[in-house]
Amino acid sequence: MDEDFIPVSRRGILAGGVATATIATAPASAQDSPQDRPPPSATTRLKVNGRTMTLTVDTRTTLLDALREHAHLTGAKKGCDHGQCGACTVLVAGRRINSCLTLAAMHDGDEITTIEGLGRPDDLHPLQAAFVAHDSYQCGYCTPGQICSAAGMLAELKAGVPSHVSADLDDPRATADEVRERMSGNICRCGAYSNIIEAISEVGGIKA
Amino acid sequence: MKPFTYERVATPAEAAAAALKNPKARFIAGGTNLLDLMKLEIEVPPHLIDINRLGLDKIKETDQGGLRIGALVRNTDLAADRRVRKDYAVLSRALLSGASGQLRNKATTAGNLLQRTRCPYFYDPTMPCNKRAPGSGCSALQGFNRNLAILGTSDQCIATHPSDMAVAMRLLDATVETVHADGRTRAIPIASFHRLPGTTPHIETDLAPGELITAVVLPPPLGGTHIYRKVRDRASYAFALVSVAAVLQRDGTGRAAFGGLAHKPWRVEAAEARMAQGPKAVADAVLAGARTTPQNAFKTVLAERTLAAVFEQARA
Amino acid sequence: MKFDSPATTNPIDRLKVVGKPIDRIDGKLKTTGTAPYAYERNDVAPNAAYGYILGASIAKGRITSLDVSAAKRAPGVIAVVTYQNAGKLAKAKAHTARLLAGPEVQHFDQAVAIVVAETFEQARDASRRIKVRYAATKGAYDLAVAIKTAQKPAPNPDAGADKPDTAVGDFAGAFAKASVQLDETYTTPDQCHAMMEPHATTAAWEGDKLTVWTSNQMIAWAVRDLTETLLIPKENVRVISPYIGGGFGSKLWIRADALAAILGARAAGRPVKVALARTQIFNNTTHRPATIQRIRIGCGPDGRIAAIGHESWSGDLPGGGPETAANQTRLLYAGENRMTAHRLAVLDLPEGNAMRAPGEAPGLMALEIAMDELAEKLKIDPVELRIRNDVQYDPEAGPKRPFSHRDLIGCLRTGAQRFGWDKRSATPGRVRDGRWLVGLGMAAAFRNNISMTSAARVGIDRKGVVTVATDMTDIGTGSYTVIAQTAAEMMGVDVEKVVVLLGDSSFPASSGSGGQWGGNSASSGVYAACVKLREALARKAGFDPATAVFDDGKIRSGNKSATLAELAGDAGLSAEDTIEFEGLDKAYAQSTFGAHFVEAGVDAQTGEIRVRRMGGAFAAGRILNPKSARSQVIGAMTMGVGAALMEEAVVDKRYGCFINHDMAGYEVPVHADIPHQDVVFLDEVDDKSSPLKAKGVGELGICGVGAAVANAVYNACGVRVREYPITLDKILAGWAKV
Repeated sequence: MDEDFIPVSRRGILAGGVATATIATAPASAQDSPQDRPPPSATTRLKVNGRTMTLTVDTRTTLLDALREHAHLTGAKKGCDHGQCGACTVLVAGRRINSCLTLAAMHDGDEITTIEGLGRPDDLHPLQAAFVAHDSYQCGYCTPGQICSAAGMLAELKAGVPSHVSADLDDPRATADEVRERMSGNICRCGAYSNIIEAISEVGGIKA
Repeated sequence: MKPFTYERVATPAEAAAAALKNPKARFIAGGTNLLDLMKLEIEVPPHLIDINRLGLDKIKETDQGGLRIGALVRNTDLAADRRVRKDYAVLSRALLSGASGQLRNKATTAGNLLQRTRCPYFYDPTMPCNKRAPGSGCSALQGFNRNLAILGTSDQCIATHPSDMAVAMRLLDATVETVHADGRTRAIPIASFHRLPGTTPHIETDLAPGELITAVVLPPPLGGTHIYRKVRDRASYAFALVSVAAVLQRDGTGRAAFGGLAHKPWRVEAAEARMAQGPKAVADAVLAGARTTPQNAFKTVLAERTLAAVFEQARA
Repeated sequence: MKFDSPATTNPIDRLKVVGKPIDRIDGKLKTTGTAPYAYERNDVAPNAAYGYILGASIAKGRITSLDVSAAKRAPGVIAVVTYQNAGKLAKAKAHTARLLAGPEVQHFDQAVAIVVAETFEQARDASRRIKVRYAATKGAYDLAVAIKTAQKPAPNPDAGADKPDTAVGDFAGAFAKASVQLDETYTTPDQCHAMMEPHATTAAWEGDKLTVWTSNQMIAWAVRDLTETLLIPKENVRVISPYIGGGFGSKLWIRADALAAILGARAAGRPVKVALARTQIFNNTTHRPATIQRIRIGCGPDGRIAAIGHESWSGDLPGGGPETAANQTRLLYAGENRMTAHRLAVLDLPEGNAMRAPGEAPGLMALEIAMDELAEKLKIDPVELRIRNDVQYDPEAGPKRPFSHRDLIGCLRTGAQRFGWDKRSATPGRVRDGRWLVGLGMAAAFRNNISMTSAARVGIDRKGVVTVATDMTDIGTGSYTVIAQTAAEMMGVDVEKVVVLLGDSSFPASSGSGGQWGGNSASSGVYAACVKLREALARKAGFDPATAVFDDGKIRSGNKSATLAELAGDAGLSAEDTIEFEGLDKAYAQSTFGAHFVEAGVDAQTGEIRVRRMGGAFAAGRILNPKSARSQVIGAMTMGVGAALMEEAVVDKRYGCFINHDMAGYEVPVHADIPHQDVVFLDEVDDKSSPLKAKGVGELGICGVGAAVANAVYNACGVRVREYPITLDKILAGWAKV
């Protein structure tokens, strides 16, 4: 292997924060950004778990960070911040999405359900209760995302939305393999998958 | 992520006006790739135009007997549409093999076409990459390139296009309808929508600055057996190593397009003339001129075998 | 309490609570999103500012200039900390690389700067406005090259690497003479923990006093390492970690997030929280080092091993340690003539360190393929081959050091029977199901049992509520629950009457969570404290502590009884003790065992590999909670499937980094990769392991499972892959050769 693939001097220039950005993105580098002025903000009205909240946030604030850092609803988790793990899953108008890959400003007026809205420790949602009963978690960090995703997924299944493993696109079956495929956007590194499927199956009336 | 101003527009005309006023602005719809890239400062738009409420979220039948898919139709809704399932099953299948349920609920038809490569060097702003930083070099050529392109590559870039949906759109001869910032509209055949890297890998599509995709139009249904076969290491939630979209007819004719092999969905119409001769004949013609690396040379074998598997599945 | 002789009958043996599959006591918090993780401490640090780390973009060299002016001017920025203004810091002994670079850079993405701002968005943005120039120097990044200069590593008993080499008998001579020989080389790649919660810390200073809410497996180590790094007295540091979103070894030691939050908080004059970005974790933190392993086994036609040799090469930064991949080969199979050796190369990649079952996980990935290959050469069933080579004592030490309890044969037979192993075709490629070639594979599981000193305090109040406090952590293992069960059993109360407080350095120091020692050691510490509390209660009641019975919230002696609540009174009663394990681990080999069985499908055209069925039988002493123990095993099996089929942190040998540094590039198993898993525990108690007669079970499940997958793939399709991960391109290459 050529150890000098990139000469040291060039590497020195390339490396680092802004130095790279300058090369990478000539049209809009840091020089164009307002440096001393506060960043642009946006006001957004979210209906979260039935409660309306008006937030004025930096335009860059994701829905996830708005929930966690501004509304202090920390049930939705930040696992990767890039849509690669599913820990941030929430329901927007009943549909499951990755809240890390959408801006709070884009959800003005939207109805959002987080894990806190599904149930509380003294009043568990059936999925939450089933996760406890089947030990469908270990560290717990992916768990709220798994549960919100499962809630959205079961609604999709009920509505007849097909999946990659549906033999017949017009007639997706409620099977464990369907659930595995549909839940694959929620990574559990502790590896509770087998138990998660059992919990969801129990609540969703899924055949093994 | 660099600071940006944000506005929401309600009509395509407003969107166009906003784009005219702000030449460096980007449209945001699903945001599932754009925000991903903005967080890494690979994309640094100073202004975002939120087009989610333009109403371009309908699927309508065309006078020609095809479908006009609004740019903002979400991947889930497109895959689940009754007409798509029935007449364009390959498109439904391709969509369902991509990403995750959550991402498909957000990602749009137009956004899916505009996805950028998943090359790891493109994704790491500290690395040379001609696509991200023109002229800085291609780290992938002699780096980790197992997942990267073998067809239509250049010395500047061997990135692949990550979309599954686009492969099916290419197979179906879709047309991309757009509106320029000045109001002009045009229809771009999908075959010429995505570009090869050449010496300008940072320019990925035929779109002009400020040009907005309004719809993707499907021609009338082809009939036949629709198959989308995606091959990957992980069983789900992973990009394709190789994928094949195919429509095969009973008389032995058909079409095949490939994903995971090139900077754009790869389809060689001339090769389709050989469909009756079987998968090897087609694959040989499709893969002619492939330039491989020791890490991705397997893709030629895999592409042929995947096509063979598609033929087997069609027969079954 | 010293544990230096085998346990006799004790209150745990009643098994009214212990051994029951009760739901986790923290389950309702985790499922409702109300369990607070380290970045979520608005309850205790409501005004925390946001820190963001800038990592080095070279692997080795020096920072030649640092310009933070643009970052400082950026809106919302409160402070920027680099080596130039961080104050005096030292490298903790436990760290191989420093947590803050400068001027020297030791690995890619080593932290260079911390920016503190009013918001997360501002801090992240400003971090990238820092201009850093580097002078890069040549580094070593290629293990295959570096092993040429690999050295015998220094013994490091703290890391379970007390002896780099061992030898018994005449390995070379016996191997040369053996009529059947196996000599193969296997490789395992660098792997990443990829726990779901990024490393995260909230830090706050009050004068000289530092409080750190962090995601950490080992509270006492965290205090020690912070003390060493910051050069401040131990009394001034408090570490709190009640919930940890997975660790797998990555959070055994404090990492850059903690130091960044601490330095940021000092500079900003207010609490600061920092989480590593997912893209930073792969190169900023530790990983499981890649290995190259040569295994030689010689035997006669009967399959009885005469000579077994296992050598392993791995790399690490200067001062680091080896991956002890040959260690299990010292204990697993019989054989008069044996050798193991570890060699360590210098690599300038990020710090290599423990990941779930360090040593055994990659070691068995190699050894258990070797056994499968040997079985095939011998035409002996792989299960039978392992049974023939069972040994009831430490084969290096001889019969004078028996296993405390070893039922590998029971695991093999039970697992085989449940799985339907007898249906396996010994000839590969014989079973077809549609497009799938189907094969079965198996492997033995082995993980040494480690016990660690562990303390706890147990109190009881006037309501009869038992409160346990220990700095033990629950990283998903179920510590809260097994500790509650232990205390409930000992004190004779319902588990609902037990409150468990964990993860706080103000509590007695526990074993912490690592090396699958946590559950057994920490529960034993709680046992010890409960024994003391029982004595105190008995004395107060005027009963003989030795014969008093604790049951139903009462203490009884003959026909006299008193409620614990009354005895506790308004002031309550509490006791503290420490379990110390002495001698029995020397006198007895203490290990956990199992057998994995896997059915794999290989697509006959594309070579795609999918696990279709998996199951196993495991023996790990008394199972304190079968529900959470089973979860540990299925989770480890899942991680093992990842190791077998997809996980590889790809080294860019030019830039000296792991290039696939996100969760799209570094693939770990998803739901669709994992079938139902059938797990059974053998009914076992081990009186030499602890008063609870339990052993560790948190890592056993990953040990061997990768090889079971590999062997199933071979049985399915006839391609033997010895370089992990086993991916379809390697299958296609194998077919091309046939």
